Parts: sequence; structure tokens; C-alpha cells
Amino acid sequence: MTGLPRREFLKAGGALVIGFNLRDVLLAQARGSAAGPPDARQIDTWLAIHADNTATVYVGFAELGQGTSTALLQIAADELDLGMEQVGSVRLDTNVTPNQGGTYSSASIARGGPQIRTAAAEARLALFEMASKRLNIPTSGLTVSKGVVSTVDGSKRVTYGELVGNRTFNLPFTGSAPVKKPAEYKIVATPVARRDLPDKVNGTHVYMQHVRVPGMLHGRVVRPRGQRAYGVGAHVTSVDEASLRSIPGARLLRKGDFLGVVAEHEWDAVRAARQLAVKWEPTAALPGSEKVYEKMRAAKTSEEVVLQRGDAAAALASAAHVVSQTARAPYQAHAPFGPNCAVADVKADSALVMCSTQDVYATRRTLAALLKLPEKSVRVQYYEGSGTYGHSCYDDVAQAAAFLSQEAGQPVRVQFMRADEHGWDNFGPAHVGEVRAAADAGGKLVAYEYHGWQHSWSGTEASAQLAGEAAVEFLAGPVQGVQGVNRLTCGGMYQVPNLRLVNHKLPVVEYLKAGWLRSPLDLSFAFASEQAIDQLAHLLGIDPYEFRRRNIADDRWLGVLDAAAKAANWTPRPVAAKRNGGKIVAGRGIGLGTHLQSWGGAVADIEVNAETGKVVAKHLYGAIDAGLVVNPAIVESQICGQLVQTASRLFHEEVTFDTTGVTSLDWSSYPVLRFEECPEVTPVVVQRLNERCLGAGEEVMAAAAGAIANAFFDATGVRMETFPMTPKRVLSVLKRA
Amino acid sequence: MTINVNGKASTVAAAPDTPLLYVLSNELQLQGPRFGCGLAQCGSCSVLVDGVEKRSCVTPVSAVDGKSITTLEGLPMWYAVTKRLARVPELHPVQQAMLDEQALQCGYCYNGMIVKAAELLSKNPRPDDAQIKRAMNGHLCRCGTYPRIVSAVRRAADMMLKASAVAR
Repeated sequence: MTGLPRREFLKAGGALVIGFNLRDVLLAQARGSAAGPPDARQIDTWLAIHADNTATVYVGFAELGQGTSTALLQIAADELDLGMEQVGSVRLDTNVTPNQGGTYSSASIARGGPQIRTAAAEARLALFEMASKRLNIPTSGLTVSKGVVSTVDGSKRVTYGELVGNRTFNLPFTGSAPVKKPAEYKIVATPVARRDLPDKVNGTHVYMQHVRVPGMLHGRVVRPRGQRAYGVGAHVTSVDEASLRSIPGARLLRKGDFLGVVAEHEWDAVRAARQLAVKWEPTAALPGSEKVYEKMRAAKTSEEVVLQRGDAAAALASAAHVVSQTARAPYQAHAPFGPNCAVADVKADSALVMCSTQDVYATRRTLAALLKLPEKSVRVQYYEGSGTYGHSCYDDVAQAAAFLSQEAGQPVRVQFMRADEHGWDNFGPAHVGEVRAAADAGGKLVAYEYHGWQHSWSGTEASAQLAGEAAVEFLAGPVQGVQGVNRLTCGGMYQVPNLRLVNHKLPVVEYLKAGWLRSPLDLSFAFASEQAIDQLAHLLGIDPYEFRRRNIADDRWLGVLDAAAKAANWTPRPVAAKRNGGKIVAGRGIGLGTHLQSWGGAVADIEVNAETGKVVAKHLYGAIDAGLVVNPAIVESQICGQLVQTASRLFHEEVTFDTTGVTSLDWSSYPVLRFEECPEVTPVVVQRLNERCLGAGEEVMAAAAGAIANAFFDATGVRMETFPMTPKRVLSVLKRA
Repeated sequence: MTINVNGKASTVAAAPDTPLLYVLSNELQLQGPRFGCGLAQCGSCSVLVDGVEKRSCVTPVSAVDGKSITTLEGLPMWYAVTKRLARVPELHPVQQAMLDEQALQCGYCYNGMIVKAAELLSKNPRPDDAQIKRAMNGHLCRCGTYPRIVSAVRRAADMMLKASAVAR
């Protein structure tokens, strides 16, 4: 090593380094022992350099199984000039990690990436300046590779670890450091292997469901099988704790209508939850899944105009070609493969809750209010569960564990059973969509109108509601604004001079508890919208791909449309194939869509069995433009998953309920796509190195839904108005044709 | 009672009707088998019982008395024993192939996927895609990673055939 010995450097470093040691001690105490969020305006909040020349990056986003934890480290490593093997992260924890907002709306890379990139750039700049002083060489004469700063000729060198190892930067994060240009990236935009997978294949990865703490009881919730109308909730008429007498050690704990059982042994808790004699007040407040669309469509709503330009009504009245398309889309469940689980240790003046939330800080806020503790006295730690795809029961189970721990006076682990998760989910809401679209004789779109009926999300978790909290709508937070008609998926990709998008908002209290489900409502929107566009193409005798090309001006939309068509080797098919009388008819369709950002295009090849009504996707092609893609391999994997999940949602998934409550409570009554029906999938990443990073975890599903719907028409010559496209529905549509 | 898990005899305290899953998770702290449905519908809790895939969530611990249980953690050793390898590999070829294909997303279902695929390849070393899908059809993946699992099982079959060829 060259330059000043460390002791001398510390003396020479002046204000920047004085107090390192004291501050170090204080910071080490602070990280973990004091309530966060840590100060986002400090570099030390974002990263730490260790003596062994490695770095810890403090990431505020949850790994939801989509690979973003690897991609965010790629960004940090690249900007710091460290190798991937030199960077790591820590568990998401309200006492440790910064508050970057929740992990929703595909925000990890889009919103979190720039923050981490800028913080890393600023740390690198500071390290360069330290190295310059240490080596007595101007920064312009220094270069860095894998955390080793050296003179250009290599004669003098010092590592990051030697410069600040195990100490803090003690520097404000100003966001002013220049970041690298895409041409300088070494790790970003490369297919680095996911960091979390080795532990996941060998069984050492700790999922939330694995967490056990000393002195813990096992808990289960006791509720009616299947939630009732949100506004009605569930009320206990009678409960008999004596019914648990045959299970030694099992106890009933109660907070209003919130019932739970705890026991030392897990199997005893499971048995106790089944065995508890409890009667619930009867209710018949729901329309039932068969009649829900009627109720939604007939509801008196006030029209809320989302977007308007030109005069859609006038243009529709006078256009050469006008089409209309209806969509009825069911409630769908997140149905994480492993039901949610949480462990809580609630004491008189503090609480520690471990759960699989998308937002540790939001969960902390709610738990603190429910437990009547100051927010800073509650600590929430994130443990990955199985894929959640949005607001599954992770908050509900965390609240259940907290209530039971508070009542029991010791730590409690609550594992939701399959029927709890399936029955008490915040479902993706049902939707009725009506679209009218018009084109002139030359094949140019002239008008587009979308009316959407759906209710908002619920704001109170079942545990809280049963314990006495009011059923309220979900109003606040960063996910607001995606509870209604989406201006991007509903015609937003096309050049239409006259356009009107209208929301008909329904009161969630009259329906089922709801929340954001991966690409919220977009599958439903695209199912209606992209079929209408397709209808116009067929009416005009123009190939549906060509028709879309003619009506799109935006390069990004054209890019994904072309990429999907090219991958599928699309050839013009101007007239929909008519049913040929054969048993199996094949069809191909194309579609576009997205969520709040990015661009998605898809082509679907499907087969319809005209005798049984069974529809199977044979091959799905999905293209995404998410700007600069940090890890193309991970995004390809995301596209594949989105295509398969879309097929599952279009062909199988529907929450069923009667007038009392939800009746789809397991994988038999709520089937999902299986291996034998799984299509081939072809993912296409449209890489845009010079564009801003955007989300890629949900933005191709709408396009795929549109493509599948259009492929059905191509195969059969008839349009589906309702999904899932179950054999029964398909046969009834074919019979009517 | 005493149960034999991953080549070791372990004394467990659970009542005989306790599902094996809870015993493996809570008494033996194994993380491979995990709760998914408790109804034998999803495959999350799969283990091998005498080399045959079983759903531990509905198998009473008393039913495995005298039998040999292999969990995800024990698959490399089970592979070494059944293939008479000189040493235990770090991973079963199916585990390695899942990594090579970067097949996983959340990975929660992969306990069952890996256990089931290992069982399949122990019986049928050269399954075609249709056979793989048929064998795996009782295992659900909510992330939609089926296509990569099929590729990984194919890849694992190749790896195992090559290893056998070398051994001969």
C-alpha cells in the first residue's frame, strides 16, 4: 500500500474524518436498535464499505421472488466499480433499511434503481477523493476496478476497504454525483445469475413460513369459511371454548369477533381451529358470483371522466365503422402458493413483527395504530414468503399474529391455512367493461370510448375489521389511481382524436374485500379493449397487426408490437378463420397493453376444442420495453411467468361466492393452470440502453390477455365477453354463434 | 417414536396422528417440505418415502414408521446412495439443473418440484416432455415457471445419463 498510513491519514483528513470512530460506534448502535427510517439524506443510510473491500447496500425494496434484489445490486456494483461478489444486502427491517416506499407498481427498479444508483455514485466519488488524498494523486489520474483505486500505471493503489472499511462516510447524500453513462456499464444490462436461487434449491433459504422464535406459540385464526360482504363482516353469535377441552394446552383468544387459537404444538393449533364450536351470524348480503355483473352494471353510479379529448359521442355517431365489445371479468385471487404467515412478539411497550409485507413501513404504521403503540416502538422485519403478486393476506396475518401475541403475552406464529388465504384474500376486483370504437373508411381510428364498472380496494384487513375496526375504502398511498380505468391499457397506445374514458365507481362495502392483484384490472381492460380494436380490423378486412401499426405513432408501442409479431413470425391474416367443423380449431391473436409504465405486446396461439369447450394456449409470445433492462435474463423469466399466469387467469381463475360468502377455498374450487396445459413461451426483451429503467414485473399481462381473447375469435369466429373461458362458457358461446 | 429421515434415526415426540410435515418442520427443523395447502393438492410438502413421492401434510407420522424418508435436504445423499456414487455431490442433478436454467422465481414450490422430478428420473431416466408434464402435473407453480422446470428436468436427465456413462 502506498500513501499515508491510516493513522496519519486520519489525522490529515480534517473535518471529513474526525470523529469516525465515535460516530461509527453510534451508528452501529443505531442500525438495528433504533427505529427507522434512517435518514435518506445520508450516504451511510444507503451503503457501507467493509474492511474486506466489500459493500453492503441497504435496499428498501422487498424481494418478492422476481429477482429485483439481484438487479438492484447490479446497479450498485456497477456504479461503485465493485464486482457482484463484493456486494450484498441485508434483510428489510424498519430499524435498518431506508424507506423507499412499498414494493408495488413495479417500483423496485423504476423508483429504487435511480436512488441506489445515485447513492452509489456519490459514495464512489467520495472514495475517489479519499484515495486522491491518500495517494496524493489528483482524481483525474486515478482509475478503479473491483474496489481497488490505482494510478493509471498501477504503481500506487488503495482499496475502498482501506479507505473507509468498517467506518462511516458521514457525508450528506445530495444526489449531485454524476452517474455512469450506459456505455460504461459493465454489470448492468447483463444476465447475472440470481443471487437468491442457490439457497432456494438447497433448502437453506429462510421463508417466512420457516421462522420460529424461542417461547413461541402456534396460532391459527378461526373465521367463517370464506369472507362475507366486506361491509357486513362476520359476527360471532356463540362460541364455546369448552369444545377445545380435548386438546390439552389449546386456548381460545378473542378480540371482538376476531377469534384465534394458540397451542404449543402446531398440530394442536390446527386441530383446535377446526374443532372450536362457533356460530356466526347468518348473512345474505352478496349477489353471488353468477349475478354480480348484473348488480355492478345496474348500480347507480356517478360518472367520473378519467380522460377526454375531442368529441367521442359525435365521432361514434358519424363514423364509417363502429364496433362495441363488452367484458365481464371475475374476482381473482392472489392465492400465494404458500399461505401467508407471520410471527409477532408484542410486549407492553413494544412489538416485533416478522411478515411478508410489500411495505414494512406501511405495515408498521397500521400495526402501531391497532396495538396502540407509538410507531417507533414497533419493528417490522420482512421475510420472503411465496410469490404474492400484490396485496395478499400478508398484512392480515401480521395483524392476526400481533393480536394473538398481545392476548397471549408471548410470541405467536400464525400460519394461514389454505382456506383462510383463498377465502379472505383482498381479491382483484371484478370488472364490467364496455368499449365502443370507430374507424373511418381508410382504416384510421376516429373514436374510442371505455366505460368501466368496478369497486375500489378495501382499506381494512379482516383481522382488524373482526376486532372492531370499520370497513373503509383504501384511499391513501402510492398505489392510488390504479383502481379505475387505465388510460394506458384502454386505448392509450393508439392515435385517436376523439376519446372518452369513464369510471363507474362502485362501493366496495357491498362486495368482496379487494386489493391490487398483479397488473390491477389491466387483463380485464385489455380483454375488452383489444377485442374492440380487433373487431375494427376484421370489419375493415385489414390484418390486425397491420391495423394496429397504422394507428400507432409511438415508437415504444410500435417496438413491442413489432417484436412480438416478429418472434411469432406473424403472417397477415385479414379474415378471421371460421369454424371449420373440426373438433380442434386453432387460432392466433395479437394484443397490446401495459400497467402504469413500460410497453407490452403479445401474440397468442391457442386451440379450442369445439366439442368439449376446452381452450388451451399452445404458444405465447410476449415482448416488453421497460427502458434500460438491468438484467435481461430476469426480465425474460418475468415475461414467461406473466404469460403463464395470464393463461391461468383467462382460462381457469374465478372466485366463486354465494349470497353468504366465498366458496372457492382451495386449489380444487379455485383451479389454476397446471403443467399439462402449460403453453410454450417466448419472451422478448426490447432493450433500450439509453432510456430510463421502468417496471417489468407485470406489464405484459394485459397484452397477453388481449392476444388470447383475439385468438379465440380467430379460431371460432365468435367473441368471448366473459372470462375465465371455461368449457361451459365456451360451449354456450359457440352454441349461440 | 423414531423416524428415519435423510439417513438418520430421529426420536420425535409428536402424537401419532400428527402430519409428518409438522414433525419435519418443528421437531427436525427441516426447511425443504413446507406448508402449502394441507390438502395434498399442491405438492409443497412433498418428501420421498422409500423413494416414492408423498404429501407429508396428509401423511400421519405413524404411517412412516420403519420407512426411509428423504427431504430436499437429503436428496444429494439419496442420489449418491441409489447411484452408488463414491461421494455425495453438493446438489442432486435436478437441483443443479434448476439453477442452471434459472428456473425459480419465488421458489416456494421448488421443494415439491425437485423432489418429484428426482423421483421421476429415478424411475424413468429418459422422460420426454409429455412424460415430464404428466409426472409433474400434481405440482402447482403460481409464478408460472413450468416451462423452465420442464427444461431443467430434461437437463437433469442428460446430466444423470452422462454421469452414468462415465461411471460405467
